[in-house]
Amino acid sequence: MSGYYGTLVRVNLTTGKISTETIDRAVAGKFIGGRGLGTYYLKKEIDPKVDPLSPDNKLIFATGPLTGSTMPAASRYMAITKSPLTGTVASSNAGGYWGPELRFAGVDLLILEGKAPKPAYLLIHDGKVTIHDASAYWGKLVGETTDGLLAECREPKARVLCIGPAGEHLSPIAAILNDKYRAAGRSGVGAVMGSKNLKAVVVRGTGKVAAAQPDKAEALRKDLLALIKANGVTGQGLPTYGTAVLVNIINESGIYPTRNFQTGVFETANQASGEALKEKYLTGKDVCFRCPIACGRYCKADDVEGGGPEYETLWAFSADCGVSDLGVVIKANKWCNEYGLDTISAGATIACAMEMVQRGILKPGEVDGPPLQFGSGAAIVEWTRKMGAGEGLGAKMALGSYRFAELYGVPELSMSVKKQELPAYDPRGLQGHGLQYATSNRGGCHVRGYMISAEVLGIPEKLDPHSIEGKAKWAKLFQDLTAVIDSLGLCLFTSFAVKPDHYRDMYNVVTGRSVTTDELLAAGERIWNMERLFNLAAGISPDQDTLPKRLLKEPLLEGGAKGKVHRLSELLPEYYRERGWTPAGVPTEEKLAQLAVK
Amino acid sequence: MQVEVRLFAALREGRFGTQRLELAVPCPVRDLLQLLSICEGEVFLCLVNGQHSKLDRKLADGDVVSLFPAVGGG
Ligand code: SF4
Repeated sequence: MSGYYGTLVRVNLTTGKISTETIDRAVAGKFIGGRGLGTYYLKKEIDPKVDPLSPDNKLIFATGPLTGSTMPAASRYMAITKSPLTGTVASSNAGGYWGPELRFAGVDLLILEGKAPKPAYLLIHDGKVTIHDASAYWGKLVGETTDGLLAECREPKARVLCIGPAGEHLSPIAAILNDKYRAAGRSGVGAVMGSKNLKAVVVRGTGKVAAAQPDKAEALRKDLLALIKANGVTGQGLPTYGTAVLVNIINESGIYPTRNFQTGVFETANQASGEALKEKYLTGKDVCFRCPIACGRYCKADDVEGGGPEYETLWAFSADCGVSDLGVVIKANKWCNEYGLDTISAGATIACAMEMVQRGILKPGEVDGPPLQFGSGAAIVEWTRKMGAGEGLGAKMALGSYRFAELYGVPELSMSVKKQELPAYDPRGLQGHGLQYATSNRGGCHVRGYMISAEVLGIPEKLDPHSIEGKAKWAKLFQDLTAVIDSLGLCLFTSFAVKPDHYRDMYNVVTGRSVTTDELLAAGERIWNMERLFNLAAGISPDQDTLPKRLLKEPLLEGGAKGKVHRLSELLPEYYRERGWTPAGVPTEEKLAQLAVK
Repeated sequence: MQVEVRLFAALREGRFGTQRLELAVPCPVRDLLQLLSICEGEVFLCLVNGQHSKLDRKLADGDVVSLFPAVGGG
């Protein structure tokens, strides 16, 4: 069936039962695919109160209707589950080649249930799914696992998705990696995979994702490629410098979180910037499936090389830990990819531990490795490894910054929302983006509504980052549109150049449907509300829509946002109103009826 | 009066990273661009002392001007 969702494969890892189902067309239409459709199944099939690491939780890999199609940057799959980090719905996406390959193999959605009796991996070959023993790979790093499985399966063209030791140890900040360097990083999806004794999913597909309207699709593809090429951000900035080019912009704006958000200006940012990365360490590119933007980097420092580091990763190990040596950042990033750790959470947890040492809360005698001092390159590399391996104090740090700081009675030193570490933008100088952090359905996250686009980069229009006016409305729009993009199976970076009407056109030519832009955005809103309902039912109360106290109470002391705090209490009521929720932050019956979601 | 100019990404190429410039009179950022032979079209973002500013903003002694070409990320 052209570009349209049809096939759901369900694997019960406890019993080994494998079945294929047809996805209801009306449901697929309502929830688009990817993040939307995957969350629909999660909400329908699990008790929201389930222990995320128990066999009763499910892990869903969902492609979108555009994943693997000829549309630009259609590389995404989503890993959807209940998060062991936040207790909310988790939906972490990654590019690379695995998602498209899954569709070429004829699988649109993969639902994994139960727990394998011993370490296992799945092999999916053109719709045929088999379960195999993965004991030989348990404990192995991501690179070795990937190479080993490709050799064992005698499928050099297959794509491997797997976890590293961090996922096996059930670290709530463990990631799932595919194609070695692409991570469904956030919210501990890797730990859920580990809890199911599932090491890897190897996929080989020889099919195609054909568009329902091939001629129109080809014309649209050409138009969009031209648009992306002509756009300064997607045509020049990202291809030349990658995402790390943001370092200097954010730092010059005084909102580059430094030393665990103690200031917004990192004095040596320039030495550890995208420009410096390009000059000294860049050896190639790591580009996702059919992507004309090609932001992915490939870097080398001494004898360590690999994909990345991206902006957020670079920040987490550099400014957040006070380190200006990019060589060690590349090494820490490599450990994250090999052990399967989320780079943002790993770096931010080390930063939090460093502040705990700075304040005398964590005693040097407890630190069974390099001193956890801001600025120490040796510390970020070795502590990342220790967290990945679950060694000594590293095993406690692998719980993530919130749980780690809580063990010492100082959870307020964790710069997180709903226990998930915040990314690389200080909300004290970004009122809209901060609101977005507080209300994100998966906790601290920048890609549930990337307001940096408007508040810093001026896309689609320039908003004053310090003003709260209109920000609630903008946050809602960004969140709903992002839910659409995530559900289509496209990379979010397309949105620097591509407009909502283009997303509608892509969806229509590939699926053969004829929806309007408003209908598509309403689907985004539906998905957002469905996620909210899941979180409420999971016991995540609206009073968790907040930010760390530091960001609400302690003004920045220098830089462009000097004197500012985040004004969440003024923004939140307006946001709930914009959403059509009660003043307490609960979707109203009217809103749910309007969106036809329960 | 003196201002500090910081150039980033592609704007740096063939130019400089950071330079202090002596200006005879307070002038808008736009005039500074002319002085440095930078086309307005090349500038995607302009910050003065960390604040987003338009090119007609008048510079004062000690101001720090940061100029960026089209870049993005996330
Ligand atoms: S823009 Fe970057 S992350 Fe997105 S699909 Fe392209 S290479 Fe991958």
